[in-house]
Amino acid sequence: MTAVALPQEVAAPASSRRRWLRRYALAVAGGVVILFWFAVALLAPVISPFNPEFVDIASRLQPPSYAHWLGTDALGRDVLSRVLYGSRISLIAGFSVVVISAVFGTVLGAIAAYARGRVEDLLMRLTDLVLCFPPIILAMAIAAALGIGTTNTIIAMLIVWWPKYARLARSLVLVQRSQEYVEAAHVLGFGHAHILFRHVVPNAIGPLIVMVTLDLGNAILVFAGLSFLGLGVVPPTPEWGAMVAEGRELVQQWWVATFPGIAILSVVMGFNFVGDGIRDWLDPHARRR
Amino acid sequence: MPDDAEIIKNSDSDSVPILSVEDLRTHFFTDQGVVRAVDGVTFHVHAGETLGIVGESGSGKSITAKSVIRLIEEPGRIVSGRIDFRGRDVLTLDHGALRRLRGGEVAMVFQDPMTSLNPVLKIARQLVETMVEHGRFSPKAALARAVDLLGRMGINAPKRAVESYPHQFSGGMRQRVMLAMGFSNEPVLLIADEPTTALDVTIQAQILDLLRELNADFGTAIILISHDLGVIANICSRIVVMYAGEVVEEGPAEKLLADPKHPYTWALLNAVPRLDRHTPGEKKLVTIEGTPPDPLNWPGGCRFRPRCPFAIDACGEHPALKEFEPGRAARCWVTQQGGVLPAVGVVADAQSSPQPRAAARSTVSYAVADAAVATRGEVLLELRDVKKHFPLAKTSFFGEPRVLHAVDGVDLTVFKGETVGLVGESGCGKSTLGRLIVRLHEPTAGSIAYGGVDISHANSATIRPLRRRLQMIFQDPYASLNPRMTVGQILSGPLQFHGMTQGAQATASRVRELLDVVGLPALAADRFPLEFSGGQRQRVSIARALAVSPEFIVADEPISALDVNIQAQIINLLIDLQQRFALTYLFIAHDLAVVRHVSDRIVVLYLGKVMEIAPAGALFASPLHPYTKSLISAAPIPDAAVERKRERLRLTGEPPSAIDLPSGCRFRTRCPIATELCANEIPPLIEHRPGQWAACHFAGKL
Repeated sequence: MTAVALPQEVAAPASSRRRWLRRYALAVAGGVVILFWFAVALLAPVISPFNPEFVDIASRLQPPSYAHWLGTDALGRDVLSRVLYGSRISLIAGFSVVVISAVFGTVLGAIAAYARGRVEDLLMRLTDLVLCFPPIILAMAIAAALGIGTTNTIIAMLIVWWPKYARLARSLVLVQRSQEYVEAAHVLGFGHAHILFRHVVPNAIGPLIVMVTLDLGNAILVFAGLSFLGLGVVPPTPEWGAMVAEGRELVQQWWVATFPGIAILSVVMGFNFVGDGIRDWLDPHARRR
Repeated sequence: MPDDAEIIKNSDSDSVPILSVEDLRTHFFTDQGVVRAVDGVTFHVHAGETLGIVGESGSGKSITAKSVIRLIEEPGRIVSGRIDFRGRDVLTLDHGALRRLRGGEVAMVFQDPMTSLNPVLKIARQLVETMVEHGRFSPKAALARAVDLLGRMGINAPKRAVESYPHQFSGGMRQRVMLAMGFSNEPVLLIADEPTTALDVTIQAQILDLLRELNADFGTAIILISHDLGVIANICSRIVVMYAGEVVEEGPAEKLLADPKHPYTWALLNAVPRLDRHTPGEKKLVTIEGTPPDPLNWPGGCRFRPRCPFAIDACGEHPALKEFEPGRAARCWVTQQGGVLPAVGVVADAQSSPQPRAAARSTVSYAVADAAVATRGEVLLELRDVKKHFPLAKTSFFGEPRVLHAVDGVDLTVFKGETVGLVGESGCGKSTLGRLIVRLHEPTAGSIAYGGVDISHANSATIRPLRRRLQMIFQDPYASLNPRMTVGQILSGPLQFHGMTQGAQATASRVRELLDVVGLPALAADRFPLEFSGGQRQRVSIARALAVSPEFIVADEPISALDVNIQAQIINLLIDLQQRFALTYLFIAHDLAVVRHVSDRIVVLYLGKVMEIAPAGALFASPLHPYTKSLISAAPIPDAAVERKRERLRLTGEPPSAIDLPSGCRFRTRCPIATELCANEIPPLIEHRPGQWAACHFAGKL
């Protein structure tokens, strides 16, 4: 009884709009950054001043200037155009990895939790098997085995990416499946697939959505990392990770690696802020404060 | 409201109260607006007094109690008022003085014994900490005192108990530990907030006995907060009734419960069926309309007016809490102007003493019960030696596999059109039995036949046609509706799935019809469950069960999560539906008075086995099994005079675990008349009187 917290001094109740803004300011900022990169990805051919793959040895390693706003790289390609085009591959890779693995992992985890018994054992031991390996190393091994190329790298990432969704979905479904509304659906005679995908999964989806948003930045980062190691894209294709790799020895010509790095940073932070915002919004406890 | 500050003089007003709360207002500043949870409450507690605060959820009773020791957290604030505890103004105490007050002079026991102890610390540590913290005992003396106190609270082997962790104790035991902790510093005042709500009746009776003893032995004043008038009547000498953040009536327990002067108190008393006043055949309960008011926006005038059956023109104005005789006050224009409320439980004759009345009733009940037995129709459901064992994880790799015997050999026949009540303490297997019948669980052994078809091991496809005839209503209205579907979708799903309506038009009109049947407006179809109160949700849940036009409904504690008045509304609805649609019910509940009220026959379950089956009247008039007798004796009656005079049969201890069952009769470990025979031989379920079966070697001998 002595361990009860003392009542805190109550701040004057702020107007709800101000409170909303304070709570979600970062999320809104993150959303703006992401929308910006989406627009860039869509409009890259229109807004890029140069062809990103156009080699011009004569004007190699030019510092930022009026002609080349972000300078040129070792082959004289325009860094700005390459950064703008690079957003396409990063976003596509990030989304395809996260969305496909989230859907696959969720279905697997949900079935495991719903069925229990042997099915659960089998499916969850399979996920454990994948989780045993260090994800980046495994993805590298798979990507190297499949050969260099965007699609192959995405496939390699998918293989290591889905287990965490399976685990999360399983725990969420386990909570929901013993709820009385699920029992009621059983008593009404609904089939298992109907109960699982119409009743249980929609109620378990909230934390999964949060995880997907937070994970998008992560997936983009890992894809860039694999490209940095030379496993992502086939060389002339503009890709941020590969661009950073090309500029890593060029200390004097800082612009070659810095601008794609900033691009990666902004996208990853943008997704993280949005993910945090969605988490707060879905969590009634955080929402009250 | 200056009139609210009018002080109610206590009958023994010569003594100065230890606690006086005056015009207390505790408000919560939420995103939606200001919740005036406690809105001008005045009451006093004298030394050694037992005060009961009663009201439905949201009436502000718990917030009032927490305000007394300033346990109000953000966004709540005590806005105004005075709390005087033994000459000190609690509202201006600094944190140090406040800490000395809490747990020192004022102790508090909360509702949920499962969460109010720290799970990672041993009992000894938690008890000693409280005592040493207040500087009254050295650690060594405190430990000795902890052992003493636990013994005093009725815990066996207290020396061993202090070395245990909370999870090793049951709910009742933990509540005893909480009481030991509360009493460790010899408080002047104990605030108990629904201390027995989470416990079974037999354990509740033990804790209430303990509270009464502690009050008598230590002279500690008690504020008991409860929604259950029976519990309040059992302990309290004075009662404060709260409604919508205000005190609406106050007075000595006997008088207030026998002759309420506020319509809300009157409604509370009428809404609960009583064990000692039962008229066979009279099934409708007196209820008041509507739901508890919105705390963001209390109704203008008298706050009870929108629900009050006696409202007059004067009620448009807010009434004051007026004292009309020494120690009794009510906030009601009707009674203040000399209006008289109808007697509580009008059908019962209030003049005769309870003893002869019970006898007279019992003969009547027999006649009715026998008639019911004679007119039995066809058998709808038949259980034969049904068992459900849940395998548990082994304690060690080489350990014996352990099994939980949830239901362990139950025979039961349910006839068309009757209501069978199923009672027992928690863990006795009543919910598991209900779920076996609707085949949410598959029985481990035995057979379940529904309408002559064996469904014991039927798979989901073969059982599907039967689902239309066999439905279930669940306990928790907050968990039993899918929060992501509108009420319309919840109701139309089963209609479409079973092809009961053709086309969207027909489905929509059937949904409206269903909503109408359970007393909800057609507009409800477009709303989500979140927008409804508990009682309304339970109506939706009932409508969903009715959607497929079933003939048999398993109701698993359908009212235990609801306030008493809403309980009465739901009971009335269920009874009404039974008559309209010729339904058969299996009604699972732990509240004996409710079960008796709705049931034709009652099954008493203990540790997965049937102890007694009898017509409702006979079971209560002359129970054969000692367990039945002790259950009836433990159920409180909301009448202080009756409560004090009642002879009781107290059960000691708690039910043994369903993993390691006692040999012979399962009840023998707690039975007052158990002999060696009971340990050696399992008593068979035998028909001792027409329709009354009991599994006891000494049936009717107690």
